[in-house]
Amino acid sequence: MDTVANNQSAAEADGKDTTLIYRQSRWTRLTHWIWALSLFFMLLSGLQIFNARPQLYIGKQSGFEFNNTILQIGAENTANGPRGFTEIFGHRFNTTGVLGWSGPPGQETPRAFPAWATIPSYYDLGTARVVHFFFAWILTTTLLVWLIAGLINGHIRRDLAPRLSDLRKLPRDIVDHAKLKFHHTREYNTLQKMAYGGVLFVALPLMIATGLAMSPSMDSVLPWLNEILGGRQTARTIHFTVMVLLVLFFVIHILMILAAGPINELRSIITGWYRTDPPAKHEQPTERSA
Amino acid sequence: MAKFQISRRKFLTAGTLGLSGIALSGCDAFDSGLGIGGGLRSFLENANGLTWRAQRLLAGSDALAPEFTEADIRQPQRPNGVTAPDDDTYKGLLANNFADWRLEVTGLVEKPLSLTREQLRNMPSRTQITRHDCVEGWSCIAKWTGTPLSLVLDQAVVKPQARYVMFHCLDTIEQSLSGNIKYYGTIDLIDARHPQTILAYGLNGKPLPVENGAPLRVRVERQLGYKMPKYIYKIELVDSFANVGGGRGGYWEDNGYDWYGGI
Repeated sequence: MDTVANNQSAAEADGKDTTLIYRQSRWTRLTHWIWALSLFFMLLSGLQIFNARPQLYIGKQSGFEFNNTILQIGAENTANGPRGFTEIFGHRFNTTGVLGWSGPPGQETPRAFPAWATIPSYYDLGTARVVHFFFAWILTTTLLVWLIAGLINGHIRRDLAPRLSDLRKLPRDIVDHAKLKFHHTREYNTLQKMAYGGVLFVALPLMIATGLAMSPSMDSVLPWLNEILGGRQTARTIHFTVMVLLVLFFVIHILMILAAGPINELRSIITGWYRTDPPAKHEQPTERSA
Repeated sequence: MAKFQISRRKFLTAGTLGLSGIALSGCDAFDSGLGIGGGLRSFLENANGLTWRAQRLLAGSDALAPEFTEADIRQPQRPNGVTAPDDDTYKGLLANNFADWRLEVTGLVEKPLSLTREQLRNMPSRTQITRHDCVEGWSCIAKWTGTPLSLVLDQAVVKPQARYVMFHCLDTIEQSLSGNIKYYGTIDLIDARHPQTILAYGLNGKPLPVENGAPLRVRVERQLGYKMPKYIYKIELVDSFANVGGGRGGYWEDNGYDWYGGI
């Protein structure tokens, strides 16, 4: 079990009233980077897989003679030449150059997601599936290891489990984040708990569940999964939607790290050591029960 | 300490630049390392074997794919791949309404068979409303009628050393310099003997149309569409993929798809 350790001498040598604390256990750090790697490959291979059928449907099956398509990325011919489009709930947007029609100038091709966003860069569904399922095993296994380690070493209960006080702090926390005013403490703030907890306990399990629901073999083992999710094509749509949310999380995650001090944040997720703010004059006693 | 901070900052900057360089140039390297037969590719493909074993463990030999109701049949079965074989042999058989067509059962069997359509139809049949899942991502629900493959295998008496069932098809899927490649594929004996694995000759209450694989196609309900060959004329029991096309177990497998298509 990792314990909080103070490195008072380092802080003193710095001439600042700050403290280096051991914030992230090796389990957190290791799993974090394996997830980062896995999610990178799963995203890019997943977009390639999507390119094979760039439509999302609601229900058990895909409508060919009826319409249950809610999203479509495609290419069409217009008077001004080919055009890429994205259609969401019947609303069509011109997305030429990125979605539907993209490529080097003069060599554009019809493809839903552009070459720079897919693995492999060229169209290859078979290879994308090989990459996707390889990292699916890595991601799922790592999530399981993290869950067990996090339950044993107290990380989940101590750092992620929301408390009543988190709810009380929420409005203030939102204001602070909006002002890019960050408190560097050992504890995660409320929005952090919501974001990390949401990814680890909602988004990733939902990704795994909807992924398994799409497997015809798993459908014979867990037929109730597709029933809960609303059918295989709805499961596929949820899989895609959660992907978008995870990308959104990633963007905000990076922005917050840049805003809160990338060196300090990166150090804590690489070495575990994190520099906390000097204690405020009127700081309340810590609520954390070590 | 200040010195350390600067060097650390420099180190991180250099590290970040270096890593992004590797990442950017790595995309091309990654592309080329993913070719069939490549070391990286072969390593990643181990995941498919793991998936196969894990799903066999969970699903066993008899877990049934979900079956649906008549109300779920909302459209004709979407045809895919070859939908009108241009092969003379096939067109000749079609012209005669497949009266001269035979299903050969050969390879590692005690009693090789040659079955007519009538003989297949006279065997016990199974009708199931199932969802066809294409590797591309779409699904379509239809009603399939056919002879359980296990009955045909029992009649031919499979030799103990047989491990896979290979389907030979009449349709040319690819024209190459070395000649036309007709579709072929394999499944293991667990899926071959699965209760829902049928040699289908009927679709949605009618004879199987040409675009869906007439006169006979296989249904392997716990796998994706590319594992269910159409226009079958021969079933061969084999003990390895050595003599199956390029050696990876099927036409699409030889073109990079995983052999196990249960996911």
